[in-house]
Amino acid sequence: MADLSTSAPTKPGRKGRWARFADSDFFYSFKRSPVAVVSFTVTMLLVLSAVFAPLIAPTNPFDPASLNLMNGFTPPMEPNAFTQESFLMGTDDQGRDVFSTILYGMRISLFVGAAAVLFAMVLGIFLGLVSGYFGGWTETIIMRIADVQLTFPSILVAMLIFGIAKGFTPVEYRDQMAIWVLIIAIGLSDWVQFARVVRGTTLVEKNKDYVAAARLIGRSPWAIMIKHILPNALSPVLVIATISLALAIIAEATLSFLGVGAPPTQPSLGTLIRIGQGFLFSGEWWILFFPACTLLALALSVNLLGDWLRDALNPRLK
Amino acid sequence: MMSDQLLDIEDLSVTFPTRRGAFIAVRDATLSLSPGEIHGLVGESGAGKSTIGAAVMGLLEGAGHISGGTVHFRGDAISGRDRAAMQALRGKKISMIFQDPLTSLNPLFTVGAQLVETITEHLDLSEADARKRACDLLDRVGIPDPDTRIDQYPHQFSGGMRQRVVIALALCSEPDVIIADEPTTALDVSIQKQILDLIRSLVDEKQVGVILITHDMGVIAETTDTVTVMYMGEVVERGSTAKVLGRPEHEYTKSLIAAVPRPDRKVERFPQISYGGRETRFAIEELARDWPKTEAPDGPLVEARNLKKTFLARGGLLPSMRKYFTAVDDVSFDIRPGEVFGLVGESGSGKSTIARMIAGLYPLDGGEVIFDGKRVSGADAATLEDFRRQIQMIFQDPFSSLNPRHRVDAIVAEPALHLGVIPKNEVDDRVRDLLEKVGLGADAAVKYPHEFSGGQRQRISIARALATQPRFLICDEPTSALDVSIQAQILNILKDLQEFLGLTMLFISHDLPVVRQMCDRVGVLKDGRLVELQATEVLFADPQQSYTRELLRLMPKTDLLSTDGLQAV
Repeated sequence: MADLSTSAPTKPGRKGRWARFADSDFFYSFKRSPVAVVSFTVTMLLVLSAVFAPLIAPTNPFDPASLNLMNGFTPPMEPNAFTQESFLMGTDDQGRDVFSTILYGMRISLFVGAAAVLFAMVLGIFLGLVSGYFGGWTETIIMRIADVQLTFPSILVAMLIFGIAKGFTPVEYRDQMAIWVLIIAIGLSDWVQFARVVRGTTLVEKNKDYVAAARLIGRSPWAIMIKHILPNALSPVLVIATISLALAIIAEATLSFLGVGAPPTQPSLGTLIRIGQGFLFSGEWWILFFPACTLLALALSVNLLGDWLRDALNPRLK
Repeated sequence: MMSDQLLDIEDLSVTFPTRRGAFIAVRDATLSLSPGEIHGLVGESGAGKSTIGAAVMGLLEGAGHISGGTVHFRGDAISGRDRAAMQALRGKKISMIFQDPLTSLNPLFTVGAQLVETITEHLDLSEADARKRACDLLDRVGIPDPDTRIDQYPHQFSGGMRQRVVIALALCSEPDVIIADEPTTALDVSIQKQILDLIRSLVDEKQVGVILITHDMGVIAETTDTVTVMYMGEVVERGSTAKVLGRPEHEYTKSLIAAVPRPDRKVERFPQISYGGRETRFAIEELARDWPKTEAPDGPLVEARNLKKTFLARGGLLPSMRKYFTAVDDVSFDIRPGEVFGLVGESGSGKSTIARMIAGLYPLDGGEVIFDGKRVSGADAATLEDFRRQIQMIFQDPFSSLNPRHRVDAIVAEPALHLGVIPKNEVDDRVRDLLEKVGLGADAAVKYPHEFSGGQRQRISIARALATQPRFLICDEPTSALDVSIQAQILNILKDLQEFLGLTMLFISHDLPVVRQMCDRVGVLKDGRLVELQATEVLFADPQQSYTRELLRLMPKTDLLSTDGLQAV
């Protein structure tokens, strides 16, 4: 492609990618929606603070050296009676800074949520494409499995998978594997809606003439599915992925709250809430309150962002 | 204000505010309608003709509004009235017929229920009287056995019958004005004729006024008394149909009329629309230099032998429970090298199915396809690959035939790359060269399909088809989704392909005048069977079968149309 520069002169009228995005209807409707701007800002703020937790957090709650049992049960913004240290969101029973544990806990929650959604997405897209494109028995089997799975609450499915996987994991690896088992459990309970949406789009797209044009030259079904149909199914997938992310974070928190999720050595927001709820009625409200608020803010902002995405993308599905 | 006019539209402007500034869809349009008159409103897509109808009805979408001028109904101003006042007038004195009869009827109610509701809403009648009236109306619009059919649901009616029901609905309130927006565009030519005749007889009988919005010059010529020609939101010419079509004065009208395919004569090339700088230059002849010369076979290039195709009409677990529908039944024909072979028929006649069977997109349920002496139906992979290098296809719908997520250069390059007909490093040059030759310019390569109009997309399709330098091109209704001036462009390109590159073509169409312009020989299909196969000129001059004669009789007559600027063969 050495001659590309001569055969493709720069287009004077064409703007760069970013300029075109800034001028797009998509960005315009984003700017015009306060809900979208606020939820996007909150989401980004939370995600960034989770990613940069080691830089932001005042202490590393998992470093035993930084812990001081004397700091236990310090209320927020009040100096501790013994050490005179003060903490933004107080400390828990072991003297860990709640603010720091939240930042680190959010990392686990977000990682598990994102990885589970990614897993569900890949699985759902694959099964959706295959069942939509080939039809027949393949479709019947895949979609009936999906129907059966939908009759169980997804949290139940996740617990079931989690329990089975735990039974097969050797005890010494259990804590290490817990996170990955959690991801697979949530992911497996969540692929159905991806598969359904992708199948629906595939059924529409496979009858369009551009697919006929690709079949005419003998392209393989896989090439047609991946190169031609999949790009056209990505908008609805993106919407579902965003909404699923909120649900996956909540599912992870629920599992961890029930004690079957993230182990205490790697506490997620759900684990923190489980720990904190024991202290709620003895007056140490902050140990529960702040992690719960963070979970609420995270799930709500991601969900609202997903809702807006759906509204913004749906009428424009070309 | 002249009181004998039903509708007086003066200097009407309609504006749609958008985030990129106000879009003026209609600018200073003036027209009037008398009782017993059918007034045609003609123009290409985007000309603003439907917008005028919607503005009169108060049905403008979204933020659109009347930004200037007045609309008078029987001398009373109706523009600028509030919604409640419009509601009273709309449906009662002015009613509307839409293009798609399927969406204008509620599928959950019987046609009787919908008619009775409309009648009791507008006229002071009891339920029983309203029902009786509904039966009369159905009878009058030509629905046989109205007493039974009144209790049926819309899906139990055919497309043409449904449009009759819609017309009956429009007549419920005994309106003075009917606005018909493309009432026959979705229908076959035989049904179109019936519907237009029905509208004509209702107008004569009840002295209502009709505004007939259409893009079809044939419909205008055959049905209307007066006509208004619109271009880009402006009225360019107005007058009696005979005068405007026969002696057009405005340049745009002249070029539009010249672009209409004539059923009665064959032209060498269509005159290009030269109005408003919309002429497109393409240079197919320059492609001829590098085009591979292949030895023409002695016999036919393509042979279709006893083609048969059935589709599953009702599925079932057991084979005995399944019902099949025969779409193509024992069809045989040959296509000679270098000729354009046409297949015509109404919708459902199986013409597109045959195209797809020959292209290898549908498996055959019987018969065989032979290309260049080799059997390709059910052939081995090597033969098939060789076959795929030599055929290409152009589809009907320019919006679904290009992947919206792919860039134009990727779209055009895909067949050539996949089939390996040109070296990878030459693909880019080939793509840009082809885009140049079909008149889009090399810059088009880096854009996406949605940045192009229907006609431009169809030229991208042509560029894609030419990239593999095929010998045989299947055109499945290549222009039926396009405006008449764009159709002329595309047909000219296809004619060039045959003349300069020696391409053999299978040309599928429901449009007889287009077929006459394009094809050397024509096969007429009816219900999956070939009823007549003849050289085009012979077929049009002396059809042998009664079905062919009927089809030819139903074509809208264009005798009125001016013949300036046509070069006859």
